[in-house]
Amino acid sequence: MSSLDKETVRRIAYLSRINVSEEGLSELAGDLTRILDFVEELQEVDVEGCEPLTSVADLTLPLRKDEVTDGNIQQKVLSNAPMTDAGCFVVPKVVE
Amino acid sequence: MTDLTKLTLAEARDGLAKGDYTSVELTEAHLKSMDAHRNLNAYITETPEKAMEMAKASDAKRAKGSAGKMEGLPIAVKDLFCTEGVQTTAASHILEGFKPEYESTVTSNLFGNGAVMLGKANLDEFAMGSSNTSSYYGNVVNPWKDKSGKDLVPGGSSGGSAAAVAANMALAATGTDTGGSIRQPASYCGIVGLKPTYGRCSRWGIVAFASSLDQAGPMTKTVRDAAIMLGSMAGHDAKDSTSAPIAVPDFEAALTGDIRGMKIGIPKEYRVDGMPEEISKLWDDGVAMLCDAGAEVVDVTLPHTKYALGTYYIVAPAEASSNLARYDGLRYGQRVMDEGDSLDDMYMKSRAAGFGKEVQRRIMIGTYVLSAGYYDAYYNKALKVRRRIYQDFEGAFGQVDAILTPTAPSAAFAIGENEGDPVKMYLNDVFTVPASLAGLPGLSVPTGLSASGLPLGLQLIGKPFDEETVLRVGGVLEGAANFTAKPAGQEG
Repeated sequence: MSSLDKETVRRIAYLSRINVSEEGLSELAGDLTRILDFVEELQEVDVEGCEPLTSVADLTLPLRKDEVTDGNIQQKVLSNAPMTDAGCFVVPKVVE
Repeated sequence: MTDLTKLTLAEARDGLAKGDYTSVELTEAHLKSMDAHRNLNAYITETPEKAMEMAKASDAKRAKGSAGKMEGLPIAVKDLFCTEGVQTTAASHILEGFKPEYESTVTSNLFGNGAVMLGKANLDEFAMGSSNTSSYYGNVVNPWKDKSGKDLVPGGSSGGSAAAVAANMALAATGTDTGGSIRQPASYCGIVGLKPTYGRCSRWGIVAFASSLDQAGPMTKTVRDAAIMLGSMAGHDAKDSTSAPIAVPDFEAALTGDIRGMKIGIPKEYRVDGMPEEISKLWDDGVAMLCDAGAEVVDVTLPHTKYALGTYYIVAPAEASSNLARYDGLRYGQRVMDEGDSLDDMYMKSRAAGFGKEVQRRIMIGTYVLSAGYYDAYYNKALKVRRRIYQDFEGAFGQVDAILTPTAPSAAFAIGENEGDPVKMYLNDVFTVPASLAGLPGLSVPTGLSASGLPLGLQLIGKPFDEETVLRVGGVLEGAANFTAKPAGQEG
């Protein structure tokens, strides 16, 4: 049984870049622990010699020529951005 | 005049071809039905003007003598498909107001074949859910009622699509299925839902949830309708590297009605502890129908079935945590930022405000199982068990042509039930998740009513890219079950 404490949840929330209130952390600790308990039963499966299955698509990834197939759509790329300036996305200041 | 909203997709197609009515008339009838059923909240965005424009263009196209496979047929589109110039929300606040500059491949195929879009159907936020109660835009109400008269869930995540078809607010609808999101709501709403083989339909332009599982498919009134619509949605697409470069067969031609000599597998592991008697009976009845039609029933074993949900609830959130990292408040979607905030502050506030509770939980579980120190114990382990589940099906399909199971462990439940405990909600997907993990086609066909008068479906699972067998057997099951019940107000 793995039980998540508040500090672990705080760390996961930060890794996920989601702000969580103090009381939210406790609630999440309960919820996430319940989910982890639920998946715990996988530990009993014998997977000796078993390769991880990452995709069921039995395909070799296709290759294409390395050439420009798109472009000159700056307006389209920016059309849904919350904030733009001079044809660029605007982010908070990251360098002092 | 016949009520045009009560037609099946096939009937409407044939009626249009004969000139009995126009696409404009069909579309107007459905727009009227949408007005009358707005209380069900099946649509997030209705697009009546676009619909009328498309219908007029379709009638004009037909007048010139050309008609596509879906010519003039009004449908609902799950609001997870990007539609050019039409708000696409994934039922999330974070995408409110997002208007894609491009069209998803599946909708592009459908519209290219003449389909008319009535609007964008409601769903669980980012397709995460089994009840359509996690949409930022409100719950969808199932058009069916039991004796209690309470509002019931339509199932999820494609709950709006299922409700729209069941209440005759669309001839058919697109859905997407990651762990059961087409099949389970189809069962709850008494309609047909087909999750095709992974790779059959392009995922390009569909808001991603779990990329190794997501698959688009049709939600329709009949098995024939599902065959028609899948034929229009499917096909190889260079823009999705996991879309299969294989030809699309004539699915409708597969509906021969002849399943004599076919072997149908019955997996004993699906007879789970505490399975309600009525589900057990539904399943037995289905077995009898297929036997009567000349199929041979074979017991098969899928020994890792009980681990499927656990596997799914590691793999899907892991992929979701990665896919949903793109919602950063920068390039599209909601941004929450206060004076002096850092980049991290902006990310964290935007995502906290933009994502609902279940989505946040799944992102965090996914982040945890992928994080250093836990990756092997959880994520890698789940991928190995996923292979075991895949191998189970490979073994079974060495002996049988298709597998028959119930679609869901119960009928639709009341809105508000199963909330509060995420794990309890997950159990609704117990019969649909294994086929998802193995990438196999699964079809839900309504075959009976529960004691409380609600629809129940049976699921047929097929070999990879053998939707034809699934549809053929499904057609026989549909004919034998003769499921004609309709929600109150929608009777024949």
